Amino acid sequence: MINIYEVTETNKMIQEENLDVRTITMGISLLDCIDADLEKTRAKIYAKITESARDLVKTGEDIAHEFGIPVVNKRISVTPIALVGGAACKTPEDFAKIAETLDLAAHEVGVNFIGGYSALVSKGMTPADEMLIRSIPQALARTERVCSSVNVGSTKTGINMDAVKLMGDIIKETAEYTKDQDSLGCAKLVVFCNAPDDNPFMAGAFHGVTEADRIINVGVSGPGVVKTALEKVRGENFEVLCETIKKTAFKVTRVGQLVAKEASERLNVPFGIVDLSLAPTPAIGDSVADILCEIGLEHAGAPGTTAALALLNDQVKKGGVMASSYVGGLSGAFIPVSEDQGMIDAVNAGALTLEKLEAMTCVCSVGLDMIAVPGDTKASTLSGIIADEMAIGMINQKTTAVRIIPVVGKGVGEVVEFGGLLGYAPIMPVNQFSCDDFVNRGGRIPAPIHSFKN
Amino acid sequence: MKKTIITVVGHDTVGITAKVCTYLAENNINILDITQTIVQEYFNMMMIVDTNKSEKSIAVLAEELNELGKEIGVIIKCQGEDIFNQMHRI
Repeated sequence: MINIYEVTETNKMIQEENLDVRTITMGISLLDCIDADLEKTRAKIYAKITESARDLVKTGEDIAHEFGIPVVNKRISVTPIALVGGAACKTPEDFAKIAETLDLAAHEVGVNFIGGYSALVSKGMTPADEMLIRSIPQALARTERVCSSVNVGSTKTGINMDAVKLMGDIIKETAEYTKDQDSLGCAKLVVFCNAPDDNPFMAGAFHGVTEADRIINVGVSGPGVVKTALEKVRGENFEVLCETIKKTAFKVTRVGQLVAKEASERLNVPFGIVDLSLAPTPAIGDSVADILCEIGLEHAGAPGTTAALALLNDQVKKGGVMASSYVGGLSGAFIPVSEDQGMIDAVNAGALTLEKLEAMTCVCSVGLDMIAVPGDTKASTLSGIIADEMAIGMINQKTTAVRIIPVVGKGVGEVVEFGGLLGYAPIMPVNQFSCDDFVNRGGRIPAPIHSFKN
Repeated sequence: MKKTIITVVGHDTVGITAKVCTYLAENNINILDITQTIVQEYFNMMMIVDTNKSEKSIAVLAEELNELGKEIGVIIKCQGEDIFNQMHRI
């Protein structure tokens, strides 16, 4: 029988250490909404989403009340729209209209984000893929809750450098279209290598074509819980450190598994995966950087950071894998800058640079995330940064991503405020040397060899 | 039978247990087990209860107990036992 100490421990995690279920994300296939007529496509999409996710928000809240655990976000991911809209859309403007439909459906069912305004172009782009990508700036400017992602590379296909080049321009354009809101549009746009089909976290969530008609994926969080657990083992050796992280990750993930199972049963939608990521928020005590400090660094970014992050990421996976029947998505530690107070402090202290962040992405679960750079950063430089990050993912057979915001009208040292979960960020300096000739070559970087590993 | 866990935490005063138990009785909730400790003058109680005969859902009970807690000046939580079982039992 459960005892008072166990109950107290759980409730302390929830009340004081920000343990929560970060998101219940319903994946919805829109493949059956494909129609040659744009208006019919839009009507079908709206009907399918609002019908499928009608009870999603209420169910999330019911579960939260019943178990006393916050379920922070209720979200939807859909089939990449480039596939769904390909038959009907003749111009980028047509695609943007589908984005408006998604936004409308998201408002109707009450979810705070809908992901899947996406194209998968890791080897090549169809005309529909390219039109969707070209429509991203206006789509993100005209909608509130739509999130967009583009997969431009994979370990199996290599990197589509034409798409990488195009994404540099698109990010600049998105920043320009939303300059009144500090280029907020770019915070809802992710460029991926090896994008997972079942990621529940925004802005990169989409419902892959390998998935069922509808699915429930859950993302747990709890950097604060790990940090607090580590406070009790200060000065102990790495074995003790790793054991502590593992045990804590196990407990956190079990909560995710429970919520996923409950949501799946109540909504009568199959359970997909639990994503056991440590996802920080700007709230004090909800920081991955603080865990790195607790492991023994003065600031995130100090020498040793990559090693500390590598062990953290690995122990989180090891603890979490046993706690859930199905683990998927990104699963690891997120290191966004603007969404993590400890990371912001590290940048302000001069401890953390873009280059160090890039090294950290080799061992964390995603990539360069929520990084604000000067508005006058060249498109080709953004493409170069994307190419670097994609190469890390391609060679290391892992997911990597870039969510970078060239804030129009702002320069190094200034601060950009996104608000809410997206937080705020100091503008970071970017290497000023040119990579124009590299980016302008065009074509593809071939897939890497899979033997002779050294 | 699914059980429900009620926890009460706060400064120790007269009548906390009585008021909570009265509420439970009024709502046809059977108490299966009570554990209580006082740590540094903080009252800490856990009850395992059976809410199956109550007409109210756990969510409603949780809300009403939360209100009752505010009246008494303590924090009362009411949660399905699964969250604790999941976290602490393999």
